[in-house]
Amino acid sequence: MATAVSGCARVCPGVPGCARVCPGPTAGCRGTGAPFDRLHCLVRGHRSTVFLAIALFAIVTVRRLFSSPATVRALYAGVAIIFSLALGGCGDAWNDPYPKAEQGANILYSSFVDRPKTLDPARAYASDEWAIIQQIYQAPLQYHYLKRPYELLPGAAASMPTVRLYDRGGHLLAADAPAEQVATSEYEIQIRPGIRFQPHPAFAVDEAGGPRYLSLSQTQVARYRELADFPEKGTRELTAADFIYQIKRLAHPRLNSPIYGHLSQYIVGLKELGDRLASDYAHLQTQYQAEHGKADPGYPWIDLRNYPLSGVSQVDRYTYRVRLHGQYPQFQYWLAMPFLSAMPVEADQFHAQRGMNEGRNLTLDWYPVGSGPFMLTRNDPNARMVLTRNPNFQGERYPSEGSAEDRAAGRLNDAGRPLPFLDQVVFSREKESIPLWNKFLQGYYDRAGIAADTFDQAVSVSIDGQASLTPEMQDKGIGLETSVAASTFYLAFNQLDPVVGGAADSARRLRQAISIAIDWEEYIAIFANGRGVAAMGPLPPGIFGFEEGPEGMNPVVYDQVNGQARRKSLETARSLLAQAGFANGRDAASGQPLVLYLDTVNRGPESKAILDWYRRQFARLDIQLEIRLTDWNRFQEKVRAGRTQMFFLGWNADYPDPENFMFLLYGPQSRAKSGGENAANYNNPEFDAMFRQMQNMPNGAARSEVIRRMVRLLQVDAPWAWGYHPKDYSLTQGWLHNLKPGAMVQNTLKYLRIDADLRVQQRARWNRPVLWPLGLAALALVALVLGARTIWRRREQRRAR
Amino acid sequence: MSAWLLRRFAYALVILFAVNLLTFALFFVVNTPDDMARMQLGNKRVSAEAIERWKQEKGYDKPQWFNASASGPGRWTDTLFFEKSVRLFLFDFGNDIDGRSIREEILARMGPSLALAVPVFLVGLAFNITFALGMAFFRGTALDLSGRIACIGLMSVSSLFYIISGQYLVSKVFALVPISGFSGGFDALRFLVLPVAIGVLGGIGAGARFYRTLFLEEIGRDYVRTARAKGLSEWTVMFRHVLRNALIPILTGVVAVIPTLFMGSLLAESFFGIPGLGSYTIDAIQSQDFLVVRSMVFLGSALYIVGLLLTDISYTLVDPRVRLE
Repeated sequence: MATAVSGCARVCPGVPGCARVCPGPTAGCRGTGAPFDRLHCLVRGHRSTVFLAIALFAIVTVRRLFSSPATVRALYAGVAIIFSLALGGCGDAWNDPYPKAEQGANILYSSFVDRPKTLDPARAYASDEWAIIQQIYQAPLQYHYLKRPYELLPGAAASMPTVRLYDRGGHLLAADAPAEQVATSEYEIQIRPGIRFQPHPAFAVDEAGGPRYLSLSQTQVARYRELADFPEKGTRELTAADFIYQIKRLAHPRLNSPIYGHLSQYIVGLKELGDRLASDYAHLQTQYQAEHGKADPGYPWIDLRNYPLSGVSQVDRYTYRVRLHGQYPQFQYWLAMPFLSAMPVEADQFHAQRGMNEGRNLTLDWYPVGSGPFMLTRNDPNARMVLTRNPNFQGERYPSEGSAEDRAAGRLNDAGRPLPFLDQVVFSREKESIPLWNKFLQGYYDRAGIAADTFDQAVSVSIDGQASLTPEMQDKGIGLETSVAASTFYLAFNQLDPVVGGAADSARRLRQAISIAIDWEEYIAIFANGRGVAAMGPLPPGIFGFEEGPEGMNPVVYDQVNGQARRKSLETARSLLAQAGFANGRDAASGQPLVLYLDTVNRGPESKAILDWYRRQFARLDIQLEIRLTDWNRFQEKVRAGRTQMFFLGWNADYPDPENFMFLLYGPQSRAKSGGENAANYNNPEFDAMFRQMQNMPNGAARSEVIRRMVRLLQVDAPWAWGYHPKDYSLTQGWLHNLKPGAMVQNTLKYLRIDADLRVQQRARWNRPVLWPLGLAALALVALVLGARTIWRRREQRRAR
Repeated sequence: MSAWLLRRFAYALVILFAVNLLTFALFFVVNTPDDMARMQLGNKRVSAEAIERWKQEKGYDKPQWFNASASGPGRWTDTLFFEKSVRLFLFDFGNDIDGRSIREEILARMGPSLALAVPVFLVGLAFNITFALGMAFFRGTALDLSGRIACIGLMSVSSLFYIISGQYLVSKVFALVPISGFSGGFDALRFLVLPVAIGVLGGIGAGARFYRTLFLEEIGRDYVRTARAKGLSEWTVMFRHVLRNALIPILTGVVAVIPTLFMGSLLAESFFGIPGLGSYTIDAIQSQDFLVVRSMVFLGSALYIVGLLLTDISYTLVDPRVRLE
C-alpha cells in the first residue's frame, strides 16, 4: 500500500518499490517509456524551473525593449503571480479541484445538482434529499443491497417486525385472517441494543451529568455560529423512544410532513395528535405575539414526549408497537424510509432553542443528527457537502448473498466485512452537465450519470438495443451499470372527458387506437437514447406482479411474433378508430375532423421536436392534435379540476409493491373528485374491488393472479397509453467497487469501496499538464511587443512631411 | 449637496416602493400561495389540509392587498403585501421558504461572487484601457486594424462559447487549472484564473472599442496638439495627457457598475461551480420562493440606485465644472 510523502508528491505508474509516490523530482519516472513521456516527466519534475526560465526570458526581452521602471515593476509582479501559481498548484495534476491533503485518502467523490431543501427526515421526500439523509438516519428496516426483487431486512431493528391482527373486539386473529375481519393491526419492532448516535453537542453533558447545551440563553447561543463551534460533544444509545418521538414529529404542524395526511389514516391516534398539536402550537404563537408585540421569529418548542399517541406505545427500552387502522401490509415499507427513523429528542430540543434559527440556520433541517454510518460534517449546499464516517457506527457487515451476476461483477468480494468502507463522501455541486462530465472523465468524480448530450461519447447501442461502453470509456476502465427504474411515464386520458374518457365502447376503442399509434419504441430510441422499456401496463420490471415475455405482453397494443412483442399495425388502429365512430379521423355523426387536446408543460426549443413527434403520431390516424402549452402551476390546476383531455405524467415508486402503482388508478383516489393520485380519474368498480383484495394479500401465487387480472382489465380499458419505464444508466470509475443500481436502496454509500491508490495513479495519468500553450502565449506576447516596438520606432524616426 | 442627497434619497424610496409593489404583483399573478405550498410540499400525496396548514404556518393565508375582516389600519397592514414587504426597507430580509436566513445566505454567497466579479472588473478595466490605448497609440497602422478586427470578433461570440471552449482547452486538454470548483483563501486563485481570464476576454471587444473611441476623441483636441508642439514624446502625450482626460467618461461609466458586482454572474458561476449570488434569484423563481425573489429584486434595485448616485458624485470629483445642486 502506498504511503503519501508530504510535499510535492509525484506519481510514477508501474515502478516497483516506488510506492507510487516518489520523493525525488523525476525518480522512478522511467516507467513511462516513450521519449516524449520522459521529457514530459522531466518538465513536470522541474515545473517551477521551467516557469522561472520563461519568466526570466520575458523579463530580459522586455527590459531590452523598454526602460520604463513602471513597466519592469509590473512585469516583476506578473512573474511573481505566475510563479506563485506554479508553486501553489504543486501536485500531480494541476487541475485537481480537491485539496492536496485529500490526495490518496479514502474518500468518495460525487456530485449534486440542486441543493436539498431540507434534511429533516420528517419533511424530506425528494431523492436528492434522501441521498444524504439515508446515510445518516437509521430506519428500523432497510432493503437488501444485492437481492432483486427487493427484499426487506432489519436495519436498526433486531429482527423483522412482528405483526398481529385484531378484530373489532380486540381479539387476536390469525395472520391470514380475511381483511374485512381485521379492525386493527399491530407492528411490534425490537431495536438492536448498543446502537449509538453520532457525536453531537446536543448529547454533551456537564460536570453534574446534566445536558450542557440544552438550556442556553439567547446570549449564549449568539456565541456560536456553527455546530463545530460547540467544544463539547456527546452521544447516547438509541432506544425505542427515539422512533416514537419521530412518529409524533410527523404530526407537528410546523414541520408539515408530506406523509402526515397519508399515515394519519392508518396510525391510530396520529390525526388526533396532529389536531391537538396544531391547537397548542397556534396558542403558543399567539401568546408570543401578545407578550412581545410581534410574530415569533423562531418557533416555540413543544416537548412531544408529553403528548400521548394512542396508537404507539413503548414496551421496553428497545421495543415499541405501532397500531394501525385495518390492515396495511405496505406499512413495512414505510418502516424502511427516513420518515420513521430514529430522532433523538435532545437534537430537537437543542435546535429549537431561541436564537438557533434566527440568522444562523442552526436547525435540524440543516444539521441532521443520526446513528447511521455517516454524519454530515460540512453543509454548504451551494458548494460542498461532506459526509464523514460516524465513529459510533458498528455492527453491520457487507451482505454475503447475491446473484451469480453479483458474484461475477465482484460485488460479493467484500462479503462479511464490516461497514462502512469509506472514510468520507464529498458531494460537490455541479449545476451544469458539461463540467460534471469532463471532471468525471478526468477522474475527479467516482461515478456519474449520462446526460443526453454526452450519451454518444459514453455509450454505443447495438442494433438489437444492447448498450455497451465506447472504446474510449473501456480504455479508461470505466464501468456501466444499467437498471430499469421503479417508475413509469405515461399519457393519461382524462376519464371525465366526453371524448376520450368513460367506460363507453367508443371511447375505449379510441384510447386503444391511440395507444397503438404512439410508437413508444421509436420515442425511446430518438429522445431517450434507448434508455427505457416500452410499458405493457402500469407495473415496471422488478415490481412483484410484473410479467416478462409473452405472458406480460399487452395484447391490445402488441402482437406476438416469434415470441417477441410487435406493435400492432396502423390498420388495426384505424379499424379501432372507425369502430369508435371516427373513421379517417372524422366524427361519423357530424363529419367534423377529430381534434384532441394535449396539455403539457414542455416548453422551449428542445421540446419542439418532441411535440412535433407527438403530432405526427396522432396524424398517422388523421387525428389533429392541439397542444396546449402551460406552466406547471396551471397544469396542475387543470388536472386537479379535471379540465384536461390528455396529459403526460410520471410516477416514481415509494416502495417496491404493486399497490404503489395500482393505486394510481384506484377510483377513490380520483384527483378531480378527492384530490388523490389517480390523475386520469379512472373509475372501474371491478378494478377497485380487485385492488382492495390485492393490497392486503401477501406476495404469492394468489396475489399474482389477482394482479394479472387487474393488468388485463387495464390493458383493455386503456386509461393510460402505457408509455415507458426509464432505464437508469450510471458510469463508475474502475477504482469504485460494489456499486449496484437500485432506486429503492438509498443507503448505499456504506457498501461502496474505492481503491484510492489506483485513483491517484489514473488521475495523474489522465491529467498531465500540457505546457507548450503557455510558452506559445509568451512567444506571441513577445512577438506582439516586438512588432509594436518596430512600428513605434518607425513612427518616431519618420521625417516630418 | 446635502439637499441634493436628501432629494435623491426620497426619490430612491419611492422607486424602491414601486419596484416592491411590482415584484409582489407580478409574482402573485404567476404563483398563488397554493402553488407555492404544493411546490414546497412536493407533488406526492399532498392533501388540501396540508396546503392550508402550510399557508397558515408561513403566513400566506392572509389577503394579498386588503383585509376586509380587519379593522382600522389593520385592513392594510394585516395583509400579505405589508407583512412580506415593509421590513425590506430596514434591510430585514427574513427567512426563505425553507426557514433559512436570507441575510446569511446573501452574506455567504457574496464573497465568492465578489472574488470573481472584482478581478474581472479590475483586470478587465486595466486590460481594456491598455488595449484601447495601444490601438489609439498605433492608430492607422496594421496593429490598430488587427486590434479592431479582433475586437469585433470577440464581441460577436457568445460568452457561453468562451466558457465552454475555455474549460475544454485550458482545463481538459491542457489540464492546467480545475474545470470548476471553489475554495477559500489563496487556494481560490487556482479556481479563479480561468473564469477571470474568460470574463476579461469576453469583455475586451466592447470595452476596448469604446475606450479607443474616447481616446481618439481626446487625441484630436487642442491641448494634445500643444503638448506635441512643446516637443513631448508621443508616449508622454498618450499616458500623461490623453489617458488622464479620457478617464473622466470612463470613470463615470464604470462607477455605476461597481455596486452591482455584488449580484454575481449567472453563467460564469454556474459553469465554474462558484457558490455566488448569480443564480440565487433564478433558483428562487424556480422554487417559487417569493421572499428570496423580493429580497434580491429589492437589493438589486437599491444597489443600482446607489450606483447611479455614486456616478453623479464621481462627476463632481473628476470634473470640477460639475456641481450637484
